[in-house]
Amino acid sequence: MSNSGNITIRLKGIKKLYKIGQQEVAALNGIDLDIKEGEFAALMGPSGSGKSTLMNILGCLDRPSVGSYMLDGQEVAHLTDDQLAATRNKKIGFVFQNFNLLSRISALDNVALPLVYAGVGTSEREEKAMYYLEQVGLADRADHQPNELSGGQRQRVAIARALVNNPQIIMADEPTGNLDTKSTKEIMEIFQKMHNMGRTIILVTHEPEIAVCASRQLLVRDGVITRDEGKGVVLDVV
Amino acid sequence: MAFTALLANKMRSLLTMLGIIIGVGAVIAMVSVGMGVRSNVVDSISSLGSNMLIVSPGSSNSGGVRGAAGSRTTLKYEDATAIKNKVKNIDYVSPSVSHSYQVVNGNQNWNTSVQGVTQEYMSIRSLEISSGSFITVNDITKRNRVAVVGSTVATNLFGTSNPVGQNIRINNQPFKIIGVLDSKGQSSMGQDQDDVVIVPLTTAMERLMAQNYVSSINIQVSDSEMMDQVQEDVEILLRQRHKIIGGKEDDFTVRNLTSLMETMTQTTTMLTLLLGSIAGISLVVGGIGIMNIMMVSVTERTREIGIRKALGATFKNIMMQFLIESVVIGVVGGIIGIIIGCILSTVVSQLGSFTTVITPLPIFVSFTFSVGIGLFFGIYPARKAAKLDPIEALRYE
Repeated sequence: MSNSGNITIRLKGIKKLYKIGQQEVAALNGIDLDIKEGEFAALMGPSGSGKSTLMNILGCLDRPSVGSYMLDGQEVAHLTDDQLAATRNKKIGFVFQNFNLLSRISALDNVALPLVYAGVGTSEREEKAMYYLEQVGLADRADHQPNELSGGQRQRVAIARALVNNPQIIMADEPTGNLDTKSTKEIMEIFQKMHNMGRTIILVTHEPEIAVCASRQLLVRDGVITRDEGKGVVLDVV
Repeated sequence: MAFTALLANKMRSLLTMLGIIIGVGAVIAMVSVGMGVRSNVVDSISSLGSNMLIVSPGSSNSGGVRGAAGSRTTLKYEDATAIKNKVKNIDYVSPSVSHSYQVVNGNQNWNTSVQGVTQEYMSIRSLEISSGSFITVNDITKRNRVAVVGSTVATNLFGTSNPVGQNIRINNQPFKIIGVLDSKGQSSMGQDQDDVVIVPLTTAMERLMAQNYVSSINIQVSDSEMMDQVQEDVEILLRQRHKIIGGKEDDFTVRNLTSLMETMTQTTTMLTLLLGSIAGISLVVGGIGIMNIMMVSVTERTREIGIRKALGATFKNIMMQFLIESVVIGVVGGIIGIIIGCILSTVVSQLGSFTTVITPLPIFVSFTFSVGIGLFFGIYPARKAAKLDPIEALRYE
């Protein structure tokens, strides 16, 4: 463990304001946050705390109303929709609570989907998708459709999809929320493995036992970060 | 990708396509019926003889009392000869006279139109001889009492036996039948074209009718492009010959069958357009069907759109995905519609004794139209899909 590493994410004075009727409500009320390359951060907080909004902004799905968001040295707070899409495609891999796989296509095609939008050719797509399916131990399920897989298997397909474009950051939103204990353990082991390989992981959860797997715990409450433990702890890349 | 989505909802895709299929099929069937009517009309007019000019005498005028059209006696056989010799671009000139007479064979009689014509009449009117022969130059010069009868006359006077070589009496004068015309049926004006007896012009003028004028001159022009020019030349020549000076009224009229043909063709083209555009409306309705289904599809697949966007799909990516889908519906529906339209028009022509003409133009137009409709009615739903907010789309249940 060390405190070295480049800063991948730097949020400064991030606010997200919603208008409800005549009133302005701040979902995020001034967030300052640095996350270094290779960190494994858990984002916790009760529902309504603003952690989902923060997650959306970190994942480039949404723009902040106020503030600056430097991702990998690039200001992304004011990018256009298509530029945000390209950023998501190249730099961020998503893992969702309800897997969000396309039900009509095979596991392999699901994994290959981000490569379609990255403009990668068919044969290379299949090759890469197959490699990452092997990494999550599902090479033999490549031709199965998501509804033929168990919850844990589906989440592993989703992880392979998050990894396929080799992004710097993995965003996981309650990845174990819909899984049984055994699958949860498997999935957390995979996250642990990814962390050991030096990837930056941001994990949103409300289960403390999941959060302890991360090296850094952030608590969001009423739109601000109220607790930040284990900051800057990065595994040395071996 | 588009095909996977369409195949996943086979029944729905088929029903959506049905609108386009019916639209395209109807356009092709309707237009082919219209074109069939048109070619029927064109055929029946050209059976009167193509590139024809008809010169007929004007009405007589004695002391301000005007007679019926054609009652003048100023149009002479020599006028026809002069036209043939002096006007260019003419194939045939055939002067003719006609009068109604009672025609008798033994105890059978029939009242019909007797026409005195020259040998060119056969080519001008595109007549065919079913047995025997037509009038010759020899018959004209010798004023022979010979006759060619139409099939209606033949049936009424001779029943089923062959009239060639038999004698008939026209206005109590004996004539020998030398030929029978092939049946031409009714004209487009409802006249029986087979109810006719044809005799040599000179015989008719001098022996039957005792007159020195002709009742019309048929002129066949060699080239349809030259019709107007020839018509003008004939008018100038006849005015000279009849010594009509300055603004005085012509004592003859020159009619042009081509202009009749043009009018009829125009009418039937309008009819075809009318039928086609009524069918076209169903094509538009089919297009709205596509739009409707695409809207449902976009709503239904909101979550899928959200996932794709989260994974990096741009506005253009999503737009294309849905546009291709609706265009595929248009293309496939269009192709099936063409096949069904062709089958339909063949069936129509087989069942009804009706000619239908399938031309490539309506096929091309309706196909392009159906693809265009797929594109046009796909744009709005596709835009709606592409503009979805990824966060809300992902949250959509």
